[in-house]
Amino acid sequence: MVEKIQSLLPQEPPRRPRRIGGIVLQIALIVVITGLAYGAILNVAQNLARAHIASGFGFWSNTAGFDISQTLISYSASTSSFGRAFWVGLLNTLVVAAIGIVLATVLGFIIGIARLSRNWLVARLAGGYVELIRNVPLLLQLLFWYNAVLKALPELRGSVGLPGGGILNNRGLFLPRPESSPHFSAVLIALFAGIAAALVLRDWSRRRRERTGTQIRILWPVLGLVCGLPLAAFALAGFPLSFSAPQMGRFNVSGGIEILPEFAALVLALTIYTAAFIAEVVRAGVLSVHAGQTEAAQALGLRFAAALHLVVVPQAMRVIIPPLTSQYLNLIKNSSLAVAIGYPDLVQVFAGSVLNITGQAVEVIAITMTVYLTISLFTSLLINLYARATAIVER
Amino acid sequence: MSAIGDQPFLYVRRAPADRLPPPAARAGALGWSRANLFSSPANIALTLVCVLFVIWAVPPLLRFFLIDAVWSGTDRDACLASPAQPQPGACWAFVRVWYSYFVYGFYPISERWRVDLFFLALAFGIVWLLRLSAPRRDIGAFYFFIVLPILSFVLLHGAPFIGLIVVPTALWGGILVTVVVATIGIVFSLPFGILLALGRRSEMSVVRLSTVIFIEFVRGVPLITVLFMASVMLPLFVPERLAPDKLIRALIGVALFASAYMAEVVRGGLVAVPRGQYEAARALGLSYWRMTGLVILPQALRVTLPNIVNTFIGLFKDTTLVFVVGIFDFLRTIEAARADPKWAAPTTAVTGYVLAALFYFVCCYGMSRYARNVEARLARSDRR
Repeated sequence: MVEKIQSLLPQEPPRRPRRIGGIVLQIALIVVITGLAYGAILNVAQNLARAHIASGFGFWSNTAGFDISQTLISYSASTSSFGRAFWVGLLNTLVVAAIGIVLATVLGFIIGIARLSRNWLVARLAGGYVELIRNVPLLLQLLFWYNAVLKALPELRGSVGLPGGGILNNRGLFLPRPESSPHFSAVLIALFAGIAAALVLRDWSRRRRERTGTQIRILWPVLGLVCGLPLAAFALAGFPLSFSAPQMGRFNVSGGIEILPEFAALVLALTIYTAAFIAEVVRAGVLSVHAGQTEAAQALGLRFAAALHLVVVPQAMRVIIPPLTSQYLNLIKNSSLAVAIGYPDLVQVFAGSVLNITGQAVEVIAITMTVYLTISLFTSLLINLYARATAIVER
Repeated sequence: MSAIGDQPFLYVRRAPADRLPPPAARAGALGWSRANLFSSPANIALTLVCVLFVIWAVPPLLRFFLIDAVWSGTDRDACLASPAQPQPGACWAFVRVWYSYFVYGFYPISERWRVDLFFLALAFGIVWLLRLSAPRRDIGAFYFFIVLPILSFVLLHGAPFIGLIVVPTALWGGILVTVVVATIGIVFSLPFGILLALGRRSEMSVVRLSTVIFIEFVRGVPLITVLFMASVMLPLFVPERLAPDKLIRALIGVALFASAYMAEVVRGGLVAVPRGQYEAARALGLSYWRMTGLVILPQALRVTLPNIVNTFIGLFKDTTLVFVVGIFDFLRTIEAARADPKWAAPTTAVTGYVLAALFYFVCCYGMSRYARNVEARLARSDRR
């Protein structure tokens, strides 16, 4: 009887038996992975020895010996090392990615909001843009912009002169190069002073509003500080900025800032493609804010702009930012398509030229992948931190 | 009181009045356009800008691609500007001449029926698997994931013992290669992706760690570097005599890449299955694999089917990247044909690219419509 009652009483949950099968499986997995890795390493060593290819990272400081068409840091084929070429490529990747991200964000937000417009035509056009761009491969768009648009521009002789002294032909876009005289630093100082003063003014007005409840419009003073101050300094210093226009030569254009068609095509394609995805992210974010929020804001007496700024946008941004960041990551990874049109990005310079010259596939590919992995992991870390910081604290 | 009954009050209605038409300003085309196009000055301005844009953009496009287009010819002369056609439009003659190259590449002409048969078998499998009302979709899955790959290999590569001569992959090209790469990616990525996703949620730390490393690694790098790795490093990893051919290497790269992305999509579906389902399956005494196969996966895959299709769309677009490692997919054949001096005209590039864009758009848009339909159906069936 007692035993029977005891057996009905809640007992300690039985310990989960350690499953033998699981342990065997794990050990088998370790053995298989190690075996594969060991076999691969053996084969690599054998194959490399047969092809007389050195291994290790000694090539890093050897002379590169090839030219790169766009270099943001000094580089010359005869004296610079492979390591230098790596940095040149990495910088080119980052420049394209940075410009692409800024432009794609602007365009993407415009299209995303246009898709939500109450104007039927605007919403339809934006929707058509998104559907068209998202369903055509990026590489095809890139080739289109490069081969069918930019390379189809007139040749050197028929160059198009742009207003302001720019020159456009199928070798690129040549813009006047701004050249500053020593006094120009005054303008910069004025600009920073103006921004600092504007920030102070904003903080002061916010504190005043929180204390007294009355609001002052600070838009014009802020504009005056940020734009007016530098302009005034510019005029006082005697307009210390001149432009040196590019000159048409017989065989080439000299002077000015040169924007390669490869660069322009890559930025165009990445911007247009990513903007379509960002537009969808933005649309989903705005739609995720419950209509009741807008109505409540209006009921509280907030004007349309204030309701947007104080109620809708902060809530939408929490939904928008994580997928937006992963679109940025996609853009950075997609910039490696540069190799298809010969823009000297990291993949083209390093996994292309350097690999072909040194033949050290393992090292070169490993370094290239490490760079992208680092960027990706660092970004996902930031996303996670952001998500944790903005998580809704439920009651 | 009674007077009401006797006295003929002529102004009292005996029958209901006719229904009035709705106010003209709110109904019909006029009302619709008032509400949707001209509701405020800013809206009117926007509408005008859009109309101007459409007027500016559409007629020239129609002129270029249809009205002024060149439909027949044997070489570039047909598509060059001449007194007869001062502004020639799209060069469709180029497409007509190169059409079979775009579809089959250099696949021997006498053997092309095999490719057609492959396309048919594939289409049959896709319809069977994707039509939610098709009968016996489990057999369909068996057909698609087991029978079809073997059949395709025998058909496309050849099998001398049944009289099909071997066609080396170097001769494959065009849409054939695009479809092969996409199909291999799909056929391999789904099972591997499911395994990886299960591994990532496994309680065995070694399994979990190795799958997490694989998934995060592949998702963190661009497809191009994976393809480079497959095409440059893979031959180093195996003994020299086993070095796989170029197409196989690219296929391995694409399959690995797609599996990692698929794993994350499937994981999303697994997370969506309520805990109670796991516990109930366990309580019924099902083993891990029976629980996964009979209870969890059917629900997880159903929820995440639209995402799976979206991943396929991405994969289909990404197949163009095999271009970079020198494989003649559809896009690459267009590039090659465009570069042919016999057809070098200012309009051939645009024509080729627009043809490719149409092809990819039709395929991808069709898939995304399908995903949306499935989503709508799921939403309907989940409503109680």
